[in-house]
Amino acid sequence: MAIKIFKNFFKRIFGTLFRNKKDIKLGFYGPPNAGKTSLANRICKDFTGEEIGSVSNVPHETRNVQFKEKVEIDFKGKKMVFKMIDTPGIATKIDYEEFLKFKVKKGEAKKRAKEATQGVIESIKWLDDMDIVVVVLDVTENPYNQVNITIIGNLVARKIPVLIVANKIDKKKAKIKKIEAAFPEYDVVGISAKYGKNLEEFYESIFKLSKKL
Amino acid sequence: MVKKKKLGNLKGFAIQFLPFSEIRYLESDERMRKILGIVLGNNILFLQGRLKPEEESRLIGDTMAMIGHVKGFKGIELAVIAGNGNSGFFGKMKSGMVRALSGGDLGAITIVGPATIVKEIKRNPKKIELLLSR
Repeated sequence: MAIKIFKNFFKRIFGTLFRNKKDIKLGFYGPPNAGKTSLANRICKDFTGEEIGSVSNVPHETRNVQFKEKVEIDFKGKKMVFKMIDTPGIATKIDYEEFLKFKVKKGEAKKRAKEATQGVIESIKWLDDMDIVVVVLDVTENPYNQVNITIIGNLVARKIPVLIVANKIDKKKAKIKKIEAAFPEYDVVGISAKYGKNLEEFYESIFKLSKKL
Repeated sequence: MVKKKKLGNLKGFAIQFLPFSEIRYLESDERMRKILGIVLGNNILFLQGRLKPEEESRLIGDTMAMIGHVKGFKGIELAVIAGNGNSGFFGKMKSGMVRALSGGDLGAITIVGPATIVKEIKRNPKKIELLLSR
């Protein structure tokens, strides 16, 4: 009995110590072509000098979950280490013919569609493993898309902190207020991952959420 | 002279309404099977209430796994129409209690249709439009 109590005591003490030392798993979720990889690249490039993945205007460019370990973000003198997890865009339908519009050859389009469907499944599976999730939305698109609502609903159900990023604020059609109106209960940060605009506010929000963990 | 727009032939489909009582006591696996059975039969499903968030994401995952394995299947269009949630503390508490007693948000409607039939579900706070493929 005494050994058991002793064992539990040490388990609790060391468990807490090691849990605190683990890197924070920061996931990037959202619909295809919202700029998840662009944002993850921007952060990784700034703090590690390397990118996480390739970017394209063809949807479903990211078809596998991509990682970057030990990304130490240094913001206003404070440092935090993250494991960055960039996920494939979640969609409810994938048709290889959509890729043909981007001058992708038929065989390649079919292959891409098949990989993209696997990517969506993989993204959904990874939801359970995140500490914080950044939901990246294209500010020029309608935010009332069921994919966005389903992702956020799943994160809330799993009690995972969420930050909504309204990307592409450099575009003329950008309407950040539409996203704020669609998700009034969440912090929405407008950025341009492509041009590195307003990233200070993004880092500040991430640090704020990290402290709550 | 005003030129009349010709309507193309719509592919055969049906609209099926499913009361929540039909799925209330079903396990998630059975719920998925029931919904997919309806959708794969070229039906647009109007389900009273809504699925749990993990069931919604599972529905997306399961249908993704079917693309390329079920002939002609390209995925689904999905939309959940629910209250805006701006009902304040007591409103939220009341709806939470009703939900707990009934087993689901009965005021919501979930629309699921095969992507080959439902081209897009356009929504904004004021309206929802179902755009069908010809």
